[in-house]
Amino acid sequence: MDTGFFIKYYRYFFNGTMMTLAISFLGVIFGSLVGVILSLMKLSNNKLARAFSSAYIEIIRGTPLLVQIYLIYYGLPMILPMDLGRMTLGTIAVLLNSAAYIAEIIRAGIQSIDKGQSEASRSLGMSKSMTMRYVIIPQAVKNILPALGNEFITLVKESAVLSVIGIHDLMYNADTLRGITYRPFIPLIYAAIIYFIITFILSKLLRIFERRLEASDKSI
Amino acid sequence: MIKVSNLKKNFGSLKVLKGIDENIEKGEVVVIIGPSGSGKSTFLRCLNLLEEPSSGEIIFDGVSITDKLNDINKQREKMGMVFQQFNLFPHMTVLENITLAPIKVKNMEPVEAEKTALNLLKRIGLEDKINTYPNQLSGGQKQRIAIVRALAMSPEVMLFDEPTSALDPEMVGEVLDVMKGLAKEGMTMVVVTHEMGFAKEVGDRVLFMDEGKIVEEGTPEELFNNSKHSRTQDFLKKVLI
Repeated sequence: MDTGFFIKYYRYFFNGTMMTLAISFLGVIFGSLVGVILSLMKLSNNKLARAFSSAYIEIIRGTPLLVQIYLIYYGLPMILPMDLGRMTLGTIAVLLNSAAYIAEIIRAGIQSIDKGQSEASRSLGMSKSMTMRYVIIPQAVKNILPALGNEFITLVKESAVLSVIGIHDLMYNADTLRGITYRPFIPLIYAAIIYFIITFILSKLLRIFERRLEASDKSI
Repeated sequence: MIKVSNLKKNFGSLKVLKGIDENIEKGEVVVIIGPSGSGKSTFLRCLNLLEEPSSGEIIFDGVSITDKLNDINKQREKMGMVFQQFNLFPHMTVLENITLAPIKVKNMEPVEAEKTALNLLKRIGLEDKINTYPNQLSGGQKQRIAIVRALAMSPEVMLFDEPTSALDPEMVGEVLDVMKGLAKEGMTMVVVTHEMGFAKEVGDRVLFMDEGKIVEEGTPEELFNNSKHSRTQDFLKKVLI
């Protein structure tokens, strides 16, 4: 393979990778915040909150990320008075998308806790919110964290679509190099390799982390 | 102490409880027996509203707990419950399991809650397990600790939902011993169980339930030796071999 090409243009790859990681990271962090709210709405007794959250999750999961990105990129500036810039708009699109998936991760994590746990807690006189806080959430976190890691890995790959609105992520920079060098294949190969290395390392780390969590279940 | 009138519970179209009237006096040990599906667990779970009754009234300590205006959490503080599956909190040590509710619900000082917990653990001979996590305990130990966890709230009544059904046979005795001790101290207890020996020995009153109704009730002597209903006799014939 043409290593000279990589050495010559490594800055493009490096900067693109950083952008991809940054946007994915922000997407997961802010997506989690919104996701927590959505999942609590979905688990609440309030019908309206439940309906809103369900509808949101269905719509996001039922439409392509590419379409969502375009809608935010062109739509949000029409509503908002200030200029947000493509980086912010891209991040918003990603976080709104990822919030829907994360909400489902959190809901599943909470519902996976045996009903007996909340019954035991309630029978001791603890309120619903105390039960959530001291009994359910601490146990659910063990199921939720690894799934959040998976969501981050997914975002690293999926965020490549952001190149369509001109965010200088790894995919965009690979495209740029194609234009500069008139070599269509090599930049894409390198981009693919970098994507793969990132996701491979992340999923290995996640495995180790998961095993730690399991171990703490057995030995303590 | 607990007065139940015309209690009914439906799960969809399935009528699980078809009108229960019952009075449980202070200091009484009431044992509920009956075939599976007879509604005895549902009845017990209605007493602290883990199951919401479809109709009827339950009055505990002069307060209607079926009245939605009354704070059920306050009433539950006074009713301990022990489950078939123990339901200890796996992410907490034995000590934390026992002290959580007294500290959070009753605002007890942690030091004081720990002292209470230790005393209770000593009573069941498990004070050395104080910093252990539940998954390192045997079934019998878990259930004894679950009982102590409920006792730490100083309840006025203890509800037992088949407390020995999930245990290996050799561990049933240790749990029943703790329950017998409680009964001797005068604790009001409602026990759903298949342990006929326990019912005979400890029960002040035995209720036989079938198909969502209390078919027959009386002292253990009356029910086990002189039951009047053929359904009770059939059931007892099958379980007392």
